[in-house]
Amino acid sequence: MKVKMLSRNPDDYVRETKLDIQRVPRNYDPTLHPFEVPREYVRALNATKLERVFAKPFLASLDGHRDGVNCLAKHPKSLTTVLSGACDGEVKIWNLTKRKCVRTIQAHEGFVRGICTRFCGTSFFTVGDDKTVKQWKMDGPGYGEEEEPLHTILGKTVYTGIDHHWKDPAFATCGQQVDIWDEQRTNPICSMNWGFDSISSVKFNPIETYLLGSCASDRNIVLYDMRQATPLKKVVLDMRTNTICWNPMEAFHFTAANEDYNLYTFDMRALDIPVMVHMDHVSAVLDVDYSPTGKEFVSASFDKSIRIFPVDKSRSREVYHTKRMQHVICVKWTSDSKYIMCGSDEMNIRLWKANASEKLGVLTSREKAANDYNQKLKEKFQYHPHVKRIARHRHLPKSIYSQIQEQRVMKEARRRKEMNRRKHSKPGSVPIVSERKKHVVAVVK
Amino acid sequence: MMNTTKAAKGLLALSQQEELVDLPTNYPLSASEDEGDSDGERKHQKLLEAIGSLDGKNRWKLPERSEASLKVSEFNVSCEGSGEKLALSDLLGPAKPSPSLAAVKKQLSRVKSKKTLELPLNKAEVDQIHREVAFSKTSQTLSKWDSVVQKNREAEQLVFPMGKESSSFAPIEHVFSDWKARTPLEQEVFNLLHKNKQPVTDPLLTPVEKASLRAMSLEEAKIRRAELQRARALQSYYEARARRMKKIKSKKYHKIVKKGKAKKAIKDFEQLRKVDPNAALEELEKIEKARMMERMSLKHQNSGKWAKSKAIMAKYDLEARQAMQEQLAKNKELTQKLQVVSESEEEGGADEEEALVPDVVNEVQMNSDGANPWMLRSCNRDAKEDEIQADSEEPSEPVVHEISENEGNEKSVEEEDVLLKEFEERRSLRKRSKCNQNAEPVSGQETKDSTSKEVLSELRALSKKLSEENHLSKKQKESSAKTVLLVQEEEPALEEEEPLLLQRPERIQTMEKLEELGNEDCLPSKEPPRAAVEGEQMRRNPQYQLKGKKKEQMISLQNLLTSRTPSVTSLAVPTTVEELEDEVEREQKQMIKEAFAGDDVIKEFLKEKREAIQASKPKDMDLTLPGWGEWGGMDLKPSAKKRRRFLIKAPEGPPRKDKNLPNVIISEKRNIQAAAHQVRVLPYPFTHHQQFERTIQNPIGSTWNTQRAFQKLTAPKVVTKAGHIIKPIKAEDVGYRSSPRSDLSVMQNNPKRHSKHQKQLKKSSMD
Repeated sequence: MKVKMLSRNPDDYVRETKLDIQRVPRNYDPTLHPFEVPREYVRALNATKLERVFAKPFLASLDGHRDGVNCLAKHPKSLTTVLSGACDGEVKIWNLTKRKCVRTIQAHEGFVRGICTRFCGTSFFTVGDDKTVKQWKMDGPGYGEEEEPLHTILGKTVYTGIDHHWKDPAFATCGQQVDIWDEQRTNPICSMNWGFDSISSVKFNPIETYLLGSCASDRNIVLYDMRQATPLKKVVLDMRTNTICWNPMEAFHFTAANEDYNLYTFDMRALDIPVMVHMDHVSAVLDVDYSPTGKEFVSASFDKSIRIFPVDKSRSREVYHTKRMQHVICVKWTSDSKYIMCGSDEMNIRLWKANASEKLGVLTSREKAANDYNQKLKEKFQYHPHVKRIARHRHLPKSIYSQIQEQRVMKEARRRKEMNRRKHSKPGSVPIVSERKKHVVAVVK
Repeated sequence: MMNTTKAAKGLLALSQQEELVDLPTNYPLSASEDEGDSDGERKHQKLLEAIGSLDGKNRWKLPERSEASLKVSEFNVSCEGSGEKLALSDLLGPAKPSPSLAAVKKQLSRVKSKKTLELPLNKAEVDQIHREVAFSKTSQTLSKWDSVVQKNREAEQLVFPMGKESSSFAPIEHVFSDWKARTPLEQEVFNLLHKNKQPVTDPLLTPVEKASLRAMSLEEAKIRRAELQRARALQSYYEARARRMKKIKSKKYHKIVKKGKAKKAIKDFEQLRKVDPNAALEELEKIEKARMMERMSLKHQNSGKWAKSKAIMAKYDLEARQAMQEQLAKNKELTQKLQVVSESEEEGGADEEEALVPDVVNEVQMNSDGANPWMLRSCNRDAKEDEIQADSEEPSEPVVHEISENEGNEKSVEEEDVLLKEFEERRSLRKRSKCNQNAEPVSGQETKDSTSKEVLSELRALSKKLSEENHLSKKQKESSAKTVLLVQEEEPALEEEEPLLLQRPERIQTMEKLEELGNEDCLPSKEPPRAAVEGEQMRRNPQYQLKGKKKEQMISLQNLLTSRTPSVTSLAVPTTVEELEDEVEREQKQMIKEAFAGDDVIKEFLKEKREAIQASKPKDMDLTLPGWGEWGGMDLKPSAKKRRRFLIKAPEGPPRKDKNLPNVIISEKRNIQAAAHQVRVLPYPFTHHQQFERTIQNPIGSTWNTQRAFQKLTAPKVVTKAGHIIKPIKAEDVGYRSSPRSDLSVMQNNPKRHSKHQKQLKKSSMD
């Protein structure tokens, strides 16, 4: 007698260790899994809804300053340390995990105009309204020691900004002119100026470290080369640029935060047309900082909100605001690209998530896979009207909302007027100027 | 006035330059020097005048003022009449031939080649040039990043931080090297530590440890270590070997090992007997004791758990059987006495036994092993009888039936057997005759029609089966009451088989019908016998005939529709052969027809519209589940009743918009509910709607993709690790060489900066 029975290879159903997940054989025959598009569409829709449900970006507020926060600085080696300078000359060092201030220094009289850390993270520099540049140790003073700066440099004019070189012991200040200092000397080793106006900020290029960018109150952005000790080029925009920030992954791109509510991303080799005009703010943009991945940047505005823009999009993907947050003066994206900090007028530093609906903490691999899948689904179905509507929906404060409406009307009116003018004048006499070209007044060689 | 002064100045400059050029000591500029000072002065004056007149305005006046000179000499130079500027070459022209003037000529030509310096540019312009140069240089160096940026933008996935992080841990001593105790508490703690001579810095050993280290001499330590090493190596080797041997799964190997051991034991025993008989005796006793123990125990008696399980498996598994045998053999071996047995007696006994066993037993055992020996004889007889019957009927009767019969009979009592046999014989005879009657037409058919041989053989087999079964059933009825059930089961089977029997006339009829339909030529020779068959069949079972005809008619109607055309065409072939002349005309017609084949627009449109209407009509929903509540299978279909019950009729939709518009088709495909979910405009990066549709239609979920593909499809574009600092991209990261000199040093070596800086310093000092 012969008995026939099913025989299977144990490798197909026996797991190697008991920690493995039980193997589930699957049949991928497409006829067994019909309606793939509708099912994925529903999944995408649900993922989008859940994203909005879980979008809770606000993490913490660090309070302790007794005046508006004027400047922020990241620690180059530690993710948990943040430095902030206030309008009353006080500098505070914060521990982000504890959400506590660990050290307070009365650094200047008047505003702390700028703050920057040394590339090694052992000391930091501040400039203030009292015409001084001060270098401080990152660690607190020892027992029985006084809180004193390592060095103090007395200048002749007010310094309005400072930035440290990314590799060398040199830093740059701005005010009446751009000065480059050796840390060991009390005189600038080089000062560069082009025109006579107060320069509001100066920034070193993080990749090609000898390049500097500055913006002055006569509406221009000037680029400098430190090695050749000369300015390179100047671009004049419609309105004043408040600050610039270099892209940390793309050596020649920088973004300028402008008073005309827009941000402009430039390729420094071709300044006559910005690569992208980012518009969504309804008031002057005061600060901008790049994500360390170089894919996005965050901007702080006078309209009491911060916005996150993708580098290659002209519209923001996210807007953060709270009821109590006033004019945001400074903003920073943390070096692990997960968080955003902003300092505002009403003396608080706020900590936000860079991705509003991201889960904090450790994710299991299955959670991660589900998350990735949901992200991809959202990306895949992003053009479908329902998904788009939900993904785009944001609640805004009434002031911003009404401002947006108003500006839309104004813009439409302007467009209509221009169209009418074009219609009633000689063909070709009123040319169509693209939005990107409109805002650049001149490029000076 | 201004012009003259200018010219004078130019000349002065020229003369000064001449002065600068160190002339040779003997100055042989001209022979006029020899002639005298006055003459020389005059001539010089004239030259001055001439040169002064070089300016354009008073060029024409000058010759008027001058005195007429009669003497034309090489020293009396005037540009009178020429109306051209005095050129240096003119002056040098006459001096050409004399070689003594070569030096002067050289000097003059040098003067000629010197140009006046251009005015320096103003500072703003200079700065601009500097800036432009610097800018172009910088943008050139920056453009090396183009490819990197492009690559990063197009990358499928970017993982940050990009470069490999070098995790360097500084030893604790280095970390604390700078640190000093300052507060009183710290100092106290340090004092305590130092008192105990606890190591704080580099070699983390207490003095005691150090001393112990120093205690053993180096050689000793080395020897000791080598010994230990060897011992450890050996141990590990033996361990590994034992483990390896233990791991060997081969039974054969273990058997050999065991055998080897046994052999060795025997050898030892032999030796022991030789050397020490007493000890050998003890050993022997031991063996005896083991035998006794074995006899007492049930260890190798096939009674353990393992043996029982093997017994179950023994039926199917040869190995299990062998294992059991082995165990028994072992038992035997162990229980065997170590005495020599007389073999002759046993052999004889065995022979006798063999002789006693009759041939029949062997036979039966050959036929069917395991049969009851008490039943052997009757069985045999039965079998023989059956065989005879079978021979009379059909030589190739299946043997299986025989066996089954045998088994059935085995149950009955022996005494009844004879009687039963008689009955059976009689009944079987009767049955056979009946069957033959039934099968008569078949046999007749066989003679007539060669083509339906298969059917016949089938039928014959079936009839035989039937007769046998009948025969069997009758037999069993009589033999026992139990079999009633069996018969009942078999009766429906009989009924079922009836249609099989009746299938035959149908088949033949179809053939006939086919013949009737048209092709009389096909099988003309077979017609008469077929008719005869028909007649016979009609006579025998007219009912069936009628039924068959009806069925045939129904089928033929359908057949006619479908099968007409080919027959017609086949008929048409010979006609075309006949009418060769008309062929050309017909071809032309055909061509025209073909050419305008698609021109029947109205008909086409109507057809299209009809199709559209058909397609847009809501479809009925059929919810029948085949096999639910009834038998299911390949050719079975759910009953009509069930289908009726589960068919949901679609509701009549609203009237079509183009119902009263005969010339229009209005598509009603657009679904308003669905449209709200559909993308209206082709999104930006796509250039064609098909591209977009394809991206949407490819599912990315794990439901439709394998795990690997799913992971690949859902890989995020940017991956960042929590808690890792992402630094700006560096030239080294992407394989570029960064400049070895720091920006600061380059800057400090820049001469331009120095000058500027100095200027600034000066300025500041001035202030």
